Amino acid sequence: MENEVKEYTVIIYTENQIGLLSQITNVFTRHGLSIWSLSAGATSMEGIHNITIVTSGLEKKVRESVQQIEKRVDVIKVFFYTQNKIVYREVALYKVHTNCLLEGDIESILTRHHTRIVEMNKSFTVLQKTGTSEETAHLYDELKPYGILQFIRSGRIAISRAQQEPILRFLRKREKEKKQLNRQ
Amino acid sequence: MNNTKQINGAAALWQSLIEEGVDTVFGYPGGQIMPVYDSLCDFEKDIRHILVRHEQGAIHAAQGYARIKGKPGVVIATSGPGATNVVTGIVDAMTDSTPLVVITGQVSSAALGTDAFQEADVTGLTGPICKWNYQIRRAEDVAWAVARAFYIARTGRPGPVVLDFTKDAQVGVTDFHYEKCDFIRSYVPEPRISDQCIRQAVELLDHAERPLVVFGQGVVLSGAEEALKDFLIKGDIPAGSTLLGLSALGSDFPLYQGMIGMHGNVAPNIMTNQCDLLIAVGMRFDDRVTGTVSSYATQASIIHIDIDPSEIGKIIPVTVGIKGDAGKVLRLLTEKMKPRKHREWLEGFRRCHAVEQEKVIDAELHPSGGDIRMGEVVDAVSRLTGEECIVVTDVGQNQMIAARYSRFSHSRSFISSGGLGTMGFGLPAAIGAKVASPERPVCLFVGDGGIQMTIQEFGTIMQEGIGVKMFLLNNDWLGNVRQWQELFFGKRYSQTRMLNPDYRLIAEAYGIRCIVVERREQLEGALRESLSDEAPVLVDIHVMKESNVMPMVPPGKGINQIMLSQNEWYE
Repeated sequence: MENEVKEYTVIIYTENQIGLLSQITNVFTRHGLSIWSLSAGATSMEGIHNITIVTSGLEKKVRESVQQIEKRVDVIKVFFYTQNKIVYREVALYKVHTNCLLEGDIESILTRHHTRIVEMNKSFTVLQKTGTSEETAHLYDELKPYGILQFIRSGRIAISRAQQEPILRFLRKREKEKKQLNRQ
Repeated sequence: MNNTKQINGAAALWQSLIEEGVDTVFGYPGGQIMPVYDSLCDFEKDIRHILVRHEQGAIHAAQGYARIKGKPGVVIATSGPGATNVVTGIVDAMTDSTPLVVITGQVSSAALGTDAFQEADVTGLTGPICKWNYQIRRAEDVAWAVARAFYIARTGRPGPVVLDFTKDAQVGVTDFHYEKCDFIRSYVPEPRISDQCIRQAVELLDHAERPLVVFGQGVVLSGAEEALKDFLIKGDIPAGSTLLGLSALGSDFPLYQGMIGMHGNVAPNIMTNQCDLLIAVGMRFDDRVTGTVSSYATQASIIHIDIDPSEIGKIIPVTVGIKGDAGKVLRLLTEKMKPRKHREWLEGFRRCHAVEQEKVIDAELHPSGGDIRMGEVVDAVSRLTGEECIVVTDVGQNQMIAARYSRFSHSRSFISSGGLGTMGFGLPAAIGAKVASPERPVCLFVGDGGIQMTIQEFGTIMQEGIGVKMFLLNNDWLGNVRQWQELFFGKRYSQTRMLNPDYRLIAEAYGIRCIVVERREQLEGALRESLSDEAPVLVDIHVMKESNVMPMVPPGKGINQIMLSQNEWYE
């Protein structure tokens, strides 16, 4: 089992520091791990950013990389999960000719895939689908015969199956340690 | 109380350095760092600036300084080429856990990204190779950034940090108020020691019949020399040192078994694959230490103690990994474990030593005739300095021989580029070591290849009057590569023969005395003369041309497969 290449979602919490993202992606490069998807943004906690990376490899390699990333001073905490330990989604946008929506059974395809129309004008329509990469790819395949003008997919975002954001526990612990330090 | 006053960013830098207790920096001026150098005129009574001849010299000198002082060395370089010239030293310091604060000039923030004159993406370049970096773009950030830099460089597993200082931030005016940094939310320098791990380790220690300690520089960085001794004595455990751990235990400490690794001593290497418990303290299982990983100590339980959690299990799977400061962990273990005796196990080490003495050491230290051997020189220097000197090495045969045959009575007495193996490191590092410790003799062992990589630093020695004792082990070859070509590349000596300059002329051009030694009869007298005063000296010693460092664990072999000579293996 240890020698099995698996897909991992690496969730990284960082301080908002310039240049940190490139240092993080560097660690993946150095360990020969491909980045299949990457998304980054602010969290609900002020000043804390989230970077979510999908990679695949041996668990040992991924663990090593995670430890190296966590070693970066401005990285707060890193978690990594196999698929079954998280809930995750991507967003995909599909641009099609508006008149093709009138063709065949496209309506039922859109309904079946819970697709939303986010913009529509006389020449084109932008459809939005949220789901796993398999699901968004599946819709792509079904729409393809009708002609897709443009297609774009976001990086994965994921949330752990734990009750609370695990980062909170770490931050509370650090807060306590800071108070102890100040008392000394 | 209002204790702030308005100064420019450059002055804020010097003030901040002084707040951190800095009194010595190594640097080289240039266009984009000029405001900092201008401001230095106002701080000359507090700060000694050593002007080097190349920025690589500055950073290696700062490394030598930091290794002796146990606090961050400070480097100042200009933007662009000044900054790129320190890159090798940054990697070296990162690999060898040396605390440094490197300050580079940078173009004004408005010009960033425009390919301005002498602009280089320094934070981009150094991001992956340093512990932390930060671009200071506003004068008001100087104090904050410097405080963080020193905290990060010296705490936990030490390392280099880089502050890239834009010119507008240097000239900009700010209120100055300094507050030392002692906490960063995202950075845990010292992991909490797990009680459970300590219990498991004590259990292993109490039942081990053939325990062996291998320790590295972590012991020195933690100041754990005495804690290590107490641990070894109570457990009656023999110990081998990595290259960078050398001098943490005195050479005559009874349980000390010498150096481990490729050119280490036979006994600790052989016993690594015979022990039933291997206790690794503040070391990271470098491939030069392990030989083939797949056969390394596979028979043994392994306890690995390191302050850097990412080192545990990185190379060698462990039975118990203890994250924490080496000294604290060792004291806990010593307190909780039972006293033991391992006389029979220790006897085995003596037998290995006897073989090495007879087959390797005697010929190296007491040859019956012929050319001077490198080992004789190192041995004589150790003897003549009463084992009191700081030994600095370059990289290659000179380094391995100096490591093998130097004897130590104090910790922090051996400085070498271990992980990166940077040729040219030795001469500037020796300068830094002497600046850090003017009262002790600093002896450099360097080859004819390495000395020429940073020989321009003779200028620094001249200008600053730095009394380093330089022993050039001159064999007209790039000796270590030549050795590998002889042993593993069918004696095809590709580009390893060097035609050497007259080093006497070079040294004398810089006002440095040079003594040339060509025959054995001259050696002792020359060494005595060179060590008789405080002046810098170069001793150009013509040693045996084609000698090999033995014993040797050849690449691709297990740590217990040891060559004693070209045609003899340890059995």
